[in-house]
Amino acid sequence: MPFQLTPERDKHADELFTRYPTKRAVCIPLLHLCQEQNGWVSDDVIEYVATRLGLSTAQVKGVVTFYTMFHQRPVAPNVVWVCRTLSCEIRGGKTIQEHLEKRLGCHAGETSADGKFSLRKAECLAGCGQAPMLQLNDELYENLTLAEVDRIIDAVAAKTPTQAAPAASHAAAAKE
Amino acid sequence: MSTIDTTCLLTDRYALADSFTYAVAEKAGAYATARKVLTGMQPDAIKAEVKAANIRGRGGAGFPAGVKWGFLPPPDPNKPVYLVINADEGEPGTFKDRTIMEKDPHRLLEGCIIAMRAIGAHTTYIYVRGELVTSIKRLEQGIRDLRAKGVLGKRPFGIDHAMDIHVHPGGGAYICGEETSLLNSLEGYRGEPRLKPPFPAVSGAFGMPTIVNNVETIASVPDILKLGGAAWSALSRLPNDGGTRLYGVSGHVKNPHVFEGPVGLTLREMIDLCGGMLDASRPLKGVIPGGSSTPVLRPDDLVHAPDAAHPLHAWHGKSHLDVPMGVDTMRNLGTMLGTCCAIVMDSSVNMVEAARNLMRFYHHESCGQCTPCREGTGWLAEICDRIADGHATEADVELLVDVSNNMMGNTICALADGTAMPMLAFVRKFRGEFLAAAREGGVKNGRLDQAVVPLLGGRAA
Ligand SMILES: Cc1cc2nc3c(=O)[nH]c(=O)nc-3n(C[C@H](O)[C@H](O)[C@H](O)COP(=O)(O)O)c2cc1C
Ligand code: SF4
Ligand code: FES
Repeated sequence: MPFQLTPERDKHADELFTRYPTKRAVCIPLLHLCQEQNGWVSDDVIEYVATRLGLSTAQVKGVVTFYTMFHQRPVAPNVVWVCRTLSCEIRGGKTIQEHLEKRLGCHAGETSADGKFSLRKAECLAGCGQAPMLQLNDELYENLTLAEVDRIIDAVAAKTPTQAAPAASHAAAAKE
Repeated sequence: MSTIDTTCLLTDRYALADSFTYAVAEKAGAYATARKVLTGMQPDAIKAEVKAANIRGRGGAGFPAGVKWGFLPPPDPNKPVYLVINADEGEPGTFKDRTIMEKDPHRLLEGCIIAMRAIGAHTTYIYVRGELVTSIKRLEQGIRDLRAKGVLGKRPFGIDHAMDIHVHPGGGAYICGEETSLLNSLEGYRGEPRLKPPFPAVSGAFGMPTIVNNVETIASVPDILKLGGAAWSALSRLPNDGGTRLYGVSGHVKNPHVFEGPVGLTLREMIDLCGGMLDASRPLKGVIPGGSSTPVLRPDDLVHAPDAAHPLHAWHGKSHLDVPMGVDTMRNLGTMLGTCCAIVMDSSVNMVEAARNLMRFYHHESCGQCTPCREGTGWLAEICDRIADGHATEADVELLVDVSNNMMGNTICALADGTAMPMLAFVRKFRGEFLAAAREGGVKNGRLDQAVVPLLGGRAA
């Protein structure tokens, strides 16, 4: 079935078009809106955005592939981004990532054994003074300790419904 | 601890409970200046104050904002002027603009209103890094509140100058902080920088005259108009670089954070204001003064300026860390002020590993349009890998210098220079460490976080 926005998001999308002198400028905000609903930017989403903006799918794909926030493959319901850039790295970024790898049973670029989390390495997230830090979905978690990481993961895992086993394609997603 | 007058203007509402809400900000003075300026001053008079303020752009390049505003062509009814706020904060080590957007978004919005009046714009786009969800939400709520109050709309404060502000979320790409890349991204394209000229002031967003300014630059505008440009400028310790600004310190200090101070604090004062070094047993080794694109400084390097005409003569014989942080002083020191957010590294940091971490970043973030940048960032990352992992010879250290030199000066944007200059400084100032790694089979213990592992609650795995 072709991709469609929910009525509420569709209204939001209509409003986005009033903000700019061109249709095309809505591209990135609209992609965000679609990904929020769909979890990732599938071919159906690209088709939908292209039609709505009057662009070719190649044009939209060109935009999608440029930006790291758009997932080009399915991801777990929760995505953990651990900052590994210098300010975080000298305050424990690697230790935080290693702890998460052990805890989730997967490497960066993969999905956890229980299918609930995708683990990613991030670049500087503007929280350098609160290092080490990570982003989990829409939240930034800062001044981390290993105990704090466990607490955060426990809380989010408890709220996430049990997932089907991660699709085989996830292992292939290791290369970012 | 030094006694520094950390004058509190830009940050004076940060500590209030719910400081980000319209009600709290307004009660604490937000929009009083905008009202006075819009109802009582002509655009040229506003521009004159900003020029007198000597405010140097806070986004990294340090260009005087008042001069930039003067580059706009004469008003043309067929050419709307846009104000675009660069809120893409992504320069490693930099975490200051986020504090404005999260703690006092109304200061930025008030600045936008005054700036739109000054430059004749009716629309502002605030391009916020997509990852900064709290910043986006708070700005959007602020904009909704302003529309409800009529502060944004057809007649802000009753004057005939319609205004609106939109938040535009980015897609996650460091290069989109470069202003022309940001404009392409705003227009819905890949964030590839544009050739300049034309400069944005002439042909920017949607081909129209556009002023692009950093969050902090515009958030300073209300205080400039409140105090008057000359008085605001005089808060600085330096000439031609006015006011107060945000300082950030990350890395191996006791209390890393963002704070406000007069322009011209020294790196040593910044470290003191953050409680000093994290652990007295591990001395300071190097400081990256203003974001990862600015060349590293060493505490034991001394200013050599015996000639009385040298701009740094007043600091002759002093440590690089005792020179005031200003756009011009840092340039004269061979580095850059950048974003004024310093990364402090103690003796636990191996500089080959530090350089490798940053070169990987730049390699990942190069947009690939220019061959010297695309290839150069890749080579630098790879050579750093080789040296750190023990697959290099001493000649590879010189290769880092050659590759860096070939990257500079002939690319579309400043990312290439912002990679090559710090690389050169790492090699020049820590050559012994690079040569040792090349000679001795790599970096012995390459972990950059070995010193802090106990603070995190033990080593994992
Ligand atoms: C690679 C690169 C990244 C940049 N990133 C940012 C950024 O995140 N935020 C910012 O304000 N300026 C950034 N700049 C500087 C902008 O191009 C531009 O100079 C600035 O937004 C102008 O605002 P200002 O004059 O108020 O500083 C970047 C420049 C380059 C070359
Ligand atoms: S210098 Fe690098 S980042 Fe800038 S336009 Fe060229 S390739 Fe892209
Ligand atoms: S380096 Fe991690 S947030 Fe900046």
